Amino acid sequence: MDSAIVCHQVRKYFWEEQEADPGACWLKRLRPGKRLTKAVDDVSLEVKRGEIFGLLGSNGSGKSTLIRLMATLLLPDSGYVSVLGQDVVKNRLAVRRMINRVSVDAAFFKKLSAYENLMYAARLYDVNPRQAKIDAEAILKRLGFPRNKIYASMENLSRGMQQKVAVARALLTSPMVLLLDEPTTGLDPKSKRDVQDFVLEVQAEHDTTIILTTHDMAEAERLCQRIAIIDGGRVEDIDTAEGLKNKVGGPSTTMEEVFFALTGRDWSKEAEDHEAD
Amino acid sequence: MKLTRELRASMAFAQRQYNLIKRYWSWEVVFLFYSIINTLTIGLIGVQAGENSGELILYLVVGALLWGFLSVVFHEVGESVSWERWEGTIEYTFMAPIHRLTHLGGMCLYAIGYGAIRTIIVLIAVALFFDLSLTGANLLTGLAVLVVSSLSFIGMGLMAAVLPLLSPEKGSQATHIIQGFILLISGVYYEIEALPAWMQPLSRFSPATYTLRAARAALLDGASISQLAPELLRLALIGILLIPLGLFIFSLGERYAMRTGKLKRNG
Repeated sequence: MDSAIVCHQVRKYFWEEQEADPGACWLKRLRPGKRLTKAVDDVSLEVKRGEIFGLLGSNGSGKSTLIRLMATLLLPDSGYVSVLGQDVVKNRLAVRRMINRVSVDAAFFKKLSAYENLMYAARLYDVNPRQAKIDAEAILKRLGFPRNKIYASMENLSRGMQQKVAVARALLTSPMVLLLDEPTTGLDPKSKRDVQDFVLEVQAEHDTTIILTTHDMAEAERLCQRIAIIDGGRVEDIDTAEGLKNKVGGPSTTMEEVFFALTGRDWSKEAEDHEAD
Repeated sequence: MKLTRELRASMAFAQRQYNLIKRYWSWEVVFLFYSIINTLTIGLIGVQAGENSGELILYLVVGALLWGFLSVVFHEVGESVSWERWEGTIEYTFMAPIHRLTHLGGMCLYAIGYGAIRTIIVLIAVALFFDLSLTGANLLTGLAVLVVSSLSFIGMGLMAAVLPLLSPEKGSQATHIIQGFILLISGVYYEIEALPAWMQPLSRFSPATYTLRAARAALLDGASISQLAPELLRLALIGILLIPLGLFIFSLGERYAMRTGKLKRNG
């Protein structure tokens, strides 16, 4: 079996509440209408084992929804998603044993220390606490996390340090598939580089399959063997960075130009919008 | 399900909550202070009864203590989803490779232990304040009532926990409505007969009604476990029915949240 993840004609739509029109009657303002958002629209893709696969798209393009579908946090409306041969709907528990995730927001119990958060996660994944402590310290050291901060509460750590703990939490459980949902967004250049280097190291040493969603063109180009350009819930194209460039203009084409050619969106404006968010 | 693995994971939740209490200790001091003062003020109403004041104080204090315990169990289980949503950890907990029973069972274990410790501290404070005599009370039976009644409140807590899954904004508040309704109809501080006639039949549907009746019989009249066997059996049966029902409802709610995208952080 060569595929780690298979998505076949996956759809996920949401009904979202519309902003109430200030000029509408009070009843309509009280119960504003809903509009259908096509978060993931007929997506089919296949990720090979041991691959770093990038999902590149702007805010609201459907990247995180796709990751949540793979992570068993959402049910697809139609189509199917499988992780290492296991259906994410029918065999949720089996899928959960093989995956872990790092999200854009370092989600932790903020009053607890990094150590307490890591040990809690390790116990949920049935990792021996002693081994978990050794592994956690080794991973954090590799990521340049200060040793004396491991017992500090999460709320007193910088965003970069929190994200490094999030990476350690995911890797402690030795996942076969690692879902990285914008793991370097908001990090300083040094922390960003530390995390990127570590991602490459993990893939090389452990043969982990990694799905990486990102806004960062350079990051996608540096880390990913293949990249899917996603826009409006649809996959516009999938190829290597070189392949995408060649399709659009040639080797000297930038990824920003590739993105514009495939989606019709100006990346610099998307980046500005993202900063504003 | 590998039992030892699930038990270890279950204990992780109890341990996590214990660690959180240590970090939020000032909140705990405030909660405990309020619980003691609340129980004392309710007990003081009984002082006005004159000759029978001792019995009335005990009647009211038993109601306040039990309600305090059951509220804590209900609250801790019912709010477990809201809390995780607030901390932002909800997705990580729900994608962990454990059964939902393991997750919620750990929260229930913690809730019972935490509720029992808080109740004992309040009991000691109240006993000292009122110089209460518990010589005629059957404390062992009282403890049995507490343990057995926990089951039904866990079941109700599981049902309440589903509300924040269905509605991230309003679900948590809705659990308070359920709690308030149980307080009204269960005879916590008065006999059921004090309720309007049309409301009295509703008390039969509240496990707290049977809990309070049994606890008062144990602590005020010194009833033994064998004397209260029918009440205890009834409470156990309600618990045995409510826990799987609560889990089933929770699983439906979880599925709904996974379908509609509500299984994510809020705030």
